[in-house]
Amino acid sequence: MSSVPLAQVGRARSFVDFYLTTMRTAVQQQFQYRAATYMYLIGMVTEPVIYLVVWTTIAEDSGGSVGGLTPGELAAYYIVWTFVRTMNIVFTPYGWEGRIREGELSGQLLRPLHPIHYDIAWFAGGKIPWVLFYLPIAVMLTLVFRPTFDVRPLEVVVFAVAIWGAYLIRTFNQSALGLVTFWTTRVGALFSLYIVLELLFSGRLVPLTLMPDWVQAVAWFLPFQWTFYFPIQTLVGQYTNAELLGGLALQAFWTAVGIGLFSLVWRYAIRRYTAVGN
Amino acid sequence: MTTLRVALLHLRIGVMNDLQYRVNFFLQILQSLLALGTGLVVLALVYSHTTELNGWSQSELLAVFGVQIVMAGVIHAVIQPNMMRLTEDVREGKLDHALTKPVDAQMLVSVREVQVWQAVDILTGAIVIGVALYRLGGDLGMLDVLAFAVALAFGAVMLYCFWLLLATGSFWVVNMWFLPELFEGVFQTGRWPVGIYPQWLRFSITFLVPIAFAVTVPAEALTSRLEWQTLALAGGFAVALFAFTRWFWRFGLRSYTGASA
Repeated sequence: MSSVPLAQVGRARSFVDFYLTTMRTAVQQQFQYRAATYMYLIGMVTEPVIYLVVWTTIAEDSGGSVGGLTPGELAAYYIVWTFVRTMNIVFTPYGWEGRIREGELSGQLLRPLHPIHYDIAWFAGGKIPWVLFYLPIAVMLTLVFRPTFDVRPLEVVVFAVAIWGAYLIRTFNQSALGLVTFWTTRVGALFSLYIVLELLFSGRLVPLTLMPDWVQAVAWFLPFQWTFYFPIQTLVGQYTNAELLGGLALQAFWTAVGIGLFSLVWRYAIRRYTAVGN
Repeated sequence: MTTLRVALLHLRIGVMNDLQYRVNFFLQILQSLLALGTGLVVLALVYSHTTELNGWSQSELLAVFGVQIVMAGVIHAVIQPNMMRLTEDVREGKLDHALTKPVDAQMLVSVREVQVWQAVDILTGAIVIGVALYRLGGDLGMLDVLAFAVALAFGAVMLYCFWLLLATGSFWVVNMWFLPELFEGVFQTGRWPVGIYPQWLRFSITFLVPIAFAVTVPAEALTSRLEWQTLALAGGFAVALFAFTRWFWRFGLRSYTGASA
């Protein structure tokens, strides 16, 4: 006869409690500063709108499509892009920089849970208001740019999972990068480099099929396309069932790699931490 | 005259203050190069699929890109730091320190901060413009250069006004942390000629956010497609916007209540 020991039940429950409470706090904070959050989202949405307009212009100038994509398909790609982007907002290396430089981390280290849980829970909770605020923007973009969609039910299900996969991969990669601030508190240049790589190899700039072949080949060895291109394409592209599930498996793989990388750097980084006061 | 002297003195102190942090210079160069590289890759990518974007060739668009980098440098070095300091001072009730000085308050809040290393982008942009002009090969007349300089000046004034209008908003909306993100996002539209945007967006980035005036119009001067009516319109709009901004700033000031000081 096997039964779960009481202590483990208690730990699991308090773990879930921690996540739910942190998420609730995030939701309330974001609603409190509605106007600010909205302005932030508008600033974020201009990025894909520019890409969309540029590529639509090219498609129309070259006889109705570019790289096999029509303006309607491009619109679908970039509108789903905005949703995926809202979902993969994570705690940035700048956040870690502030946390370490100002010694805020001391208090967090005293807690029984690793600080990364707080980040994951907080930004997961933030998704709820962000997506709510985002919906009117999505409606407006749809009315203006007229996307063409052809979506199967399974694709919606896979999309719903894939956006969280994207969130986790991005969280662990950027947090690992954030840990570099244990050695130097100027992570800006390194973070810019990360964003450049992400732009080129993730499908954030353009659908990867518009990239030169060698970029597409290299992208297979990097985690970036699983945070933009794959989740977007689950809805927009014409993946087979095998490709959909295989994609999820690869997201799981890159999440594991991210966790591994983060844990490894954390082990060395935390030994260097010193803080004054607090 | 005194106003001008005080402004220049403030700017000098700001520059000297920032010059102490020399490592930032190298980090800034690194970041500028990264941004420049990305921009060039995007340009190459676009022109690998087409030869002309809305009537602009690759070299012409390179000129637009250069102007946008120069403007970004001006904004990041002088305009944005001052405006963000203004919003923080309003929030913390510290604006009293500026208001009680015997010089014009609008001038004072506009010259208190300089991030001199950000000016690296002014140089980067100038080099990009130089390369673009070289590749275009055409000979630029004195008049074109003059028109370019004037258009650039008008553009800078308009962007300053726009930032001050936003920052003045902090008299009513206390939390303005999103301003740089919002502006940065919208300012990226300036990388491309306004002609490619749909009507409503083109109108917005011309008159609501004066990016078209600040970037496209100077670039038009460089590529010899600027009509003097456009330049006159830019001038008129700059003057009108400056007058409105000044009025709005005074109007906002009336809502200011200092917290401590």
